[in-house]
Amino acid sequence: MILDSKIPSGPLETKWEKHIADGKLVNPANKRKYEVIIVGSGLAGASAAATLGELGYSVKCFTFHDSPRRAHSIAAQGGINAAKNYQNDGDSVYRLFYDTIKGGDFRSREANVYRLAQVSVNIIDQCVAQGVPFAREYGGLLANRSFGGAQVSRTFYARGQTGQQLLLGAYSTLSRQIGLGTVKMFPNSEMLELVLVDGHAKGIVTRNLNTGAIERHSAHAVVLATGGYGNVFNLSTYARNSNCTAAWRAYRKGATFANPCYTQIHPTCIPVSGDYQSKLTLMSESLRNDGRIWAPKKEGDRRPPNEIPEEERDYYLERKYPSFGNLAPRDISSRAAKEACDEGRGVGETGLGVYLDFKDAIERLGESVIKERYGNLFDIYKEITNENAYEVPMRIYPAVHYTMGGLWVDYNLMSNIPGLFVTGEANFSDHGANRLGASALMQGLADGYFVLPYTIPHYLAEIPRDPAPPTSHEAFSETEEEVTTRTQRLLTNGGKQTVKSFHKRLGNLMWDYCGMARNKAGLETAIQEIPKLKEEFWDDVNVPGEGSELNQSLELAGRVGDFLELGELMCRDALAREESCGGHFREEHQYEDGEALRDDENFSHVAAWEFKGDGNAPERHIENLEYEAVKMVTRSYK
Amino acid sequence: MNVTIRVWRQKNDQSEGRFEDHEAKDLNPNMSFLEMLDVVNEDLTNAGKDPIAFAHDCREGICGTCSCMINGKPHGPESGVATCQTYMRSFQDGDVIVVEPFRAKAFPIIKDLVCDRSAFDSIMHSGGFISIRTGSAPDANAIPIGKEVADMAMDAAACIGCGACVAACKNSSAMLFVSAKAGQLNLLPQGKPEKDARVLNMVATMDEAGFGNCTNQYECSAACPKEISEEFISKLNRDYLAASVKSVFKAVPSTMG
Repeated sequence: MILDSKIPSGPLETKWEKHIADGKLVNPANKRKYEVIIVGSGLAGASAAATLGELGYSVKCFTFHDSPRRAHSIAAQGGINAAKNYQNDGDSVYRLFYDTIKGGDFRSREANVYRLAQVSVNIIDQCVAQGVPFAREYGGLLANRSFGGAQVSRTFYARGQTGQQLLLGAYSTLSRQIGLGTVKMFPNSEMLELVLVDGHAKGIVTRNLNTGAIERHSAHAVVLATGGYGNVFNLSTYARNSNCTAAWRAYRKGATFANPCYTQIHPTCIPVSGDYQSKLTLMSESLRNDGRIWAPKKEGDRRPPNEIPEEERDYYLERKYPSFGNLAPRDISSRAAKEACDEGRGVGETGLGVYLDFKDAIERLGESVIKERYGNLFDIYKEITNENAYEVPMRIYPAVHYTMGGLWVDYNLMSNIPGLFVTGEANFSDHGANRLGASALMQGLADGYFVLPYTIPHYLAEIPRDPAPPTSHEAFSETEEEVTTRTQRLLTNGGKQTVKSFHKRLGNLMWDYCGMARNKAGLETAIQEIPKLKEEFWDDVNVPGEGSELNQSLELAGRVGDFLELGELMCRDALAREESCGGHFREEHQYEDGEALRDDENFSHVAAWEFKGDGNAPERHIENLEYEAVKMVTRSYK
Repeated sequence: MNVTIRVWRQKNDQSEGRFEDHEAKDLNPNMSFLEMLDVVNEDLTNAGKDPIAFAHDCREGICGTCSCMINGKPHGPESGVATCQTYMRSFQDGDVIVVEPFRAKAFPIIKDLVCDRSAFDSIMHSGGFISIRTGSAPDANAIPIGKEVADMAMDAAACIGCGACVAACKNSSAMLFVSAKAGQLNLLPQGKPEKDARVLNMVATMDEAGFGNCTNQYECSAACPKEISEEFISKLNRDYLAASVKSVFKAVPSTMG
C-alpha cells in the first residue's frame, strides 16, 4: 500500500495557500445537496459541524454524550497555543512550528505542522469573537502564559478551564446551526460501524444509547472526530466513556492506524491512591510556570516534605535541563519522575510520587497571586487528596493523558479510505511522538474550523453529484447485521466475569509493558498475553441487562472488546519501532545519560498498520518523513 | 467503612419507580461517591442483577454529566462540587444514603438515576450564542475588554450545564442556567448586538420547555457546583425587562443568526 501524503508542492510557507487556491469548490446552491456525517462533538467535531453547516452543507453530527457540550475536550485545563506574539517575546509562526516539530521529536509531518502554526492565530480571533472569556490584563488585552517545550509565552487561557470555554464556544456556534436547521444533532448515539459503498465511506451504523435502537445513516462523506484511545490503559486522565470504537471499527474496515504506540504520559497528575480508583486527575502543566518539581536526594526519605531541608532536595528538572527547567516537555518530565521513583526516592504512601512545590512562588508573589492563577486547581487537589497545597507541596505522578497515534490521514485529513476524514486527537498527524502542552486544543480547532472546511470540498467536488446512497442499500444491511450479531453475542454470552474486571486487567498489562518505558521482552509478553485475555473476554464476559434499553455494561463491553484488539496493535507497533522517540521510550535505545536515542536512518517514518483479518498479523506500511525546512537534530532541552 | 444506599430504581419513564437498599462494604473514605457506586454495581453484576444506571463521564467536575440527588441535595452534602467530586469521607460509617435522580418536569427520567436534560440544549439553540461566521473575526486584541468585565463573564461561563439549579428549585426553574449563559454573552462587547433578542428567545424557550418560575429564593445558587451567583438572575431580569419594553416599540429584531 502506498501512503500518499498529498503534500502540496512549493515552499513550506505557501503550501496551504496554494492548496486552497488549487482546490475545487462546491457551488453554493449545490452545497446543501451534500450530506456530511460528523462523529464526535468535541473541539474537532463541533467546530467542523458548525462551520460546514454555516457553509451550507447538510450536516449530521453524532455523539454518545447526552449533549455535545459534554465531550472530553471540556476537561482540558491549561490553555491553547497561538503564534500571536502578543507578548513581543520573539514568537512567530515559524517558532511555533519549530517548537512543535522538535517537541514531537521529529516524527510529525512538516507541512501539516506548519499549517497548524499558520492557522493558530485565526483560532484565537474566532474564539474571542464567539465570546470565549480568555484571561485578560488590566489594560483589556489578552494575557498569556508559558507551557512546556517553549521559551515564549504563547498560551491563551481561561483560568484552569480553557478546554471548557473553547468547547462551549464551539458548542454555541454549533447550537446556532442546529437552531437554523443546517446541522441535525444526534445525541446519545454511538457509532458502532462504518459503512463502505464501493470502497468509499458512505455512512455509519449507530446505537441509540437510551433506547437501544440500531440506526443507519448515510452521507457523501464521514468525519471521525472521536478523540483518543488512552482508556486502553483503564486508568488515565480521560473521561470514563472515551473510547476507540469508532476509529477501531474504521481500522477493521481498511483505514490504516498510524503510530499507535505513541502515547503521552502526562507528568503532573494526582498519584493513584487505591485499587478502587476509576480515574486519574490531571494537575495542569501551567502549574509548572510557578511550581518547582523535586524529590528527596536520599533514598527512602519518609520525612514530611516541609521537614526536608533545601540542600537535601533534588530539583531534578532544573538540574538536568537548566535551560527549560520545570518547563521541560511532558515525555521528558515524566521519565525523569519515573527515574526518581525507580531510584527509591519517590514520595507518598506508595512511593510513586514526586513533589510540585509552590513555596518559593508564594514567597515571591504572595498567596493571592497564586490563588488568582491556579485557585481552581488547588481546590481540585484539595477535594481529591484532602491536602492544602498552599501549605504542603502537591504530590504528583505521571499518568496516561493523550494519544499522538491515530488513524492515518493525508494533508487533506482524509484517511486511506476515500471519503473518510479524521480530525483532532483521532488522527495521527501533527504531534509526532510527543505533543506539547496547549497544542491539543489548537489542533482540534484548527482541523475543525480552518482545515476540514477547505479540504472536504476537494473530495465532494470530485465524486459523482448523486444523492447519498439509500440506507436500504445492501452495504447498510450487511453492516447492521454485523453490529446486531456482535451486540447479541455480548448480551447472551452468559459468562462469569464483569466487563470492568477485563478492562482493569488489560490496563495493567498495557501500563506494565507498553507504558513509560518499553522493552522487547515485555512487549513480546504482552503480545502473547493480550490475545489470551481477549479470548477469555469473549468466552467468559458477563454483560447483564437487555439491548433495548439504557445498558451501560453493554456500552462498556463493546468498547473494551475493541481496546483488547487495539492494545495488541500498540504493543506490535512499539516492538517494531526499534528506537526511542518522544513518548515511545525503548529501554534498549538510550544515551548513557538516559535520554531517548532516535534512529533517524531507519525510523524516520510513520508506521501505519493495515488490518488483515482476525487471526492474521496486521501489515506495517510506512510513510517516509521528509523535512524540507527543518534539520533533524538530537532534541535537547539542556 | 460501610454504608447502605437507598437508591431510586426505575426501568424507564413509562414505568413506576421505587427505592431499593444495597450495602456497600469495605469502602475507603478517599473513594469518590461514584467509585462507591462502581463497587455496588460490580456486586450487583456478579449477583446476576441489573446494575444501577447513573450518568457520569469526566469524573473531575467539569463535563456536567453526573447528576444525582444525594440525601435530598443535588450533588451531595458538600458545596461547590459535583457528585463525581464527592468523597466517601463526607459520610459516616453505617450511614443510610438516599440517592435519587434530579427531579423536574422538564427532565424526564430515562432510567434509574439518569434523566434527560436536552431542554437545556433547546434553550441554547434559541439564543445561547453570538452569530459569528468562521473566518470573519477581527483580530483578538482589536476590542480591549476590561479585566473586571472579562472576569465576570468567566464567572458566568463556568456553568457546567448539569441541571443542579433546576433540581434544587422548588419550582424547577432554569433561571440560573439561562442567566449564566445569557449573562456571559451580554456582558461582553461582542454579545451586545444580539443582547435583546437573545434574552427574549432564551426565556421564551425556557418557558416552553416546562421549567417553572423563579421566586428569588436562590437554592439554585447554593446547590450550583460552580457556585454561580444569583446576581446573574437579577441581571437577566433587568435585561429581560429592557428588551420587553423595547420589543413593544418593535425595536428588537425577533430573530438571531
